[in-house]
Amino acid sequence: MAHKDPAPQGSHGGQAAHSAPAAGGHSAAHGAHAHPTWKQYKWVALILTLITVVEVWVYYIPSFVASKLFVPALLIMSAIKFAIVVMYYMHLKYDARLFRALFTGPLIIAVVTIISLLFLFGHIAVRLGS
Amino acid sequence: MSASPALDHVEAGAHGHHYTTTGLDSRKIAIWAFIGSECMLFASLISTYLIYKGRSVRGPFPHEACAPPACETALNPILNIPVTSASTFVLLMSSLAMVLALAAVENRNIPKLTTSDRILGSSKLWLWATCILGATFLGFQAYEFTSFVHEGLTIRTNLFGSSFFTLTGFHGAHVTAGVIWLGTLLAIDYKRGLGPEDAINVDIAALYWHFVDVVWIAIFTLVYLIS
Repeated sequence: MAHKDPAPQGSHGGQAAHSAPAAGGHSAAHGAHAHPTWKQYKWVALILTLITVVEVWVYYIPSFVASKLFVPALLIMSAIKFAIVVMYYMHLKYDARLFRALFTGPLIIAVVTIISLLFLFGHIAVRLGS
Repeated sequence: MSASPALDHVEAGAHGHHYTTTGLDSRKIAIWAFIGSECMLFASLISTYLIYKGRSVRGPFPHEACAPPACETALNPILNIPVTSASTFVLLMSSLAMVLALAAVENRNIPKLTTSDRILGSSKLWLWATCILGATFLGFQAYEFTSFVHEGLTIRTNLFGSSFFTLTGFHGAHVTAGVIWLGTLLAIDYKRGLGPEDAINVDIAALYWHFVDVVWIAIFTLVYLIS
C-alpha cells in the first residue's frame, strides 16, 4: 500500500530520461524526480488546516485586528499556505526547473502588477495625492 | 534504447509519451504555462477588487455595518466569515483527496494486501471525494451569493458588489470546470480503470485543481479576512 511505503513516488513528465520510455516503460521514465509520501501529504494537510484556523482565530481578536501586525501577519500566513501547496501538492519542489520558471515568472509579474496598480490607483495613491 | 536522442524521442512518442527536446512532457509544460497565464488573470481581478475596496458610496459593505442613508435599512457587515472558513477548509481537503487520487493511480499495480489498503488505494474513492468536496465548495458559494442577493447586494449594487462577484464568480467557474474535468477522469476510471500509464493525465488535472486551491487561499485572505 502506498501510504505505508516511505519510498517517494515518481513524477510525471518531469525530466524523463530520453531512453527510458523505450527501454524500461513508464515507471522508469518518470522516476527521475520524487514525490512526497502519503504521510507527508497528511502532514501538509494538517499544517494547512492549522494555519487556516489561526488566520480565522486572529480575525476575531479586535485588539489584534486594530494593530499594525494584523495585515502583515495574515499576508505571511497566506503566503506560507500558498507556498506549501505549490511545493508539495503541485510537486514544484521536486519537479524540473523549467516548470518552476513557468510558474514563478508569471507569478512575480502578477504580484508586481498588483502592487503597481495599488500604488497608481489604490488607497496608497489617494493618500499620496492628498 | 537508441543510440541517438532523436531516435529515442521517436520511440518515446510511439509509446504515447509527448517528450520535447527539453526532455519534459509537452502536456505538462502546457499546463504550467496555462497556470502561469491564469496567475495574470487572477492578479488583474484581485487588483481590481483591491483598488475599488472601500470606495462604495452605498451599502451593503463587506466589513462595515451600513446605516441609512447609505442603505435603505441598517445592515450588518455582509461577509460571513464562519461559512467561508468552512468552505476554505473543504477546498483544502479536496486538494488532499486529489493528491491521494494521483498516488492511487500511480500505485495501482502495487499489490494491496489488506482490505483497508485496497479501499484507501482506490483512485475511484479519492476522485469521488475530490469531486464531492469541490461540489460542496460550489454549494457554499451558491449559498453565499444567494444570501448576498437577499440582503440587497448584486453585481450592480456598488463597486464592492461588482468586483466581488466578478472575482469570486471567475473562481467559482474555474472550480466548476475542475469538477467537470475530475468527473471525466472518474468516468474513464469506471470504464477501463486508471493505471500508471494515465498518471500524467491525472497529474495535469491535479495541477489545475491545486492552482484553483491556491487562488482561493489568496482570495480568502485578501477579500474576506483583511478588512
